[in-house]
Amino acid sequence: MARDVRPGETSKPGAERAVETGGGDEDLERRRLQLEAQLATRRPASRDGKDAQNPSSKTGFGNAIKLSSEFVAAIIVGVGIGWVLDQWAGTSPWGLIVFLFLGFAAGVLNVMRSAGMVAEHGTKPPSTKDGSG
Amino acid sequence: MRVANDPIHQFQISKLIPIEIGGLDFSFTNSSAFMAASAIAAAAFLYFGSANRALVPTRFQSMAEMSYEFVAKMLRDSAGSHGMKFFPFVFSLFMFVLFANLFGLFPYFFTVTSHIIVTFALAILVIGTVIVYGFMKNGLHFLKLFVPSGVPGILVPLVVLIEVISFLSRPISLSVRLFANMLAGHITLKVFAGFVTSLSAAGAVGIIGAVLPLGMTVAITALEFLVAFLQAYVFAVLTCMYLNDAIHPGH
Repeated sequence: MARDVRPGETSKPGAERAVETGGGDEDLERRRLQLEAQLATRRPASRDGKDAQNPSSKTGFGNAIKLSSEFVAAIIVGVGIGWVLDQWAGTSPWGLIVFLFLGFAAGVLNVMRSAGMVAEHGTKPPSTKDGSG
Repeated sequence: MRVANDPIHQFQISKLIPIEIGGLDFSFTNSSAFMAASAIAAAAFLYFGSANRALVPTRFQSMAEMSYEFVAKMLRDSAGSHGMKFFPFVFSLFMFVLFANLFGLFPYFFTVTSHIIVTFALAILVIGTVIVYGFMKNGLHFLKLFVPSGVPGILVPLVVLIEVISFLSRPISLSVRLFANMLAGHITLKVFAGFVTSLSAAGAVGIIGAVLPLGMTVAITALEFLVAFLQAYVFAVLTCMYLNDAIHPGH
């Protein structure tokens, strides 16, 4: 709600404001469509098709396990590396802390990748890759 | 009574033939028995399915051919025609996991894939193949997998570190996914089925009430058949995608 109201509009009479917001909505709609089109070109093209094929996306339970396992796995690996590094270099607890955060970042990356929000490797434009990732 | 209602009891490992070599436990357990059974059943299914070699396939042969073509198409789509040299590997993995999952759905059978060490061993096999083949085929070029293009120079070490952790987390997420699905499904099934017996022990009202969990159990059983197939499929698809990274690390 609050997003639609622009700062200058609050002092205007009701009728005029309605017209204003009507025009604003149209403008917003146009910009939203434009953004969507731009985002569509940046998103990995193959992902949508793959997700449509992939029947696991139809069961929410399967999806939940998929995403949570991706996230948790990266954190476990990060903590594992940090702990081993600490044992080896005697820097406890700094390795654990740093790699916990790196594991968290990797977990977020994993989840975004598996949800199809980020291209499989790096930020290459979709035209140069064949989509198989 | 207590044992019958314990949802975890079904995952217990029991030694069928105790074997001990050099202080290590090599016993033939119920898990080993069902692993062997799924491998033999998968092999027998394909052998007898393709034994006739009829031009117009029987139902049995058609099923064997369908599973072959299903995996072959999946591998070709995700890893290209170069990936077909891994077809025996992917196909055996798929059939083994599928049969192990389906065997677990029989009452009183042991579910091999509900133990994380089994799925983790399979996942390590996959990732080990990816790493060994990736270095064998591409040499150090394989390491480009961890360096995404178009990243500013200062950020490269950080991004590489994150990518390496992300790569190392693959076997864990691959194994946890299969294991968690099978474990959760079987526990849910057992708990709902347990409601039926404990409710119906409570008299006439209980028996009427027991209809609900009974219907739920039937529905979950159907869902579990779907999950058993789906998880074998997901395992194989991800194997294909990871193998693709080993074959074409550049892009």
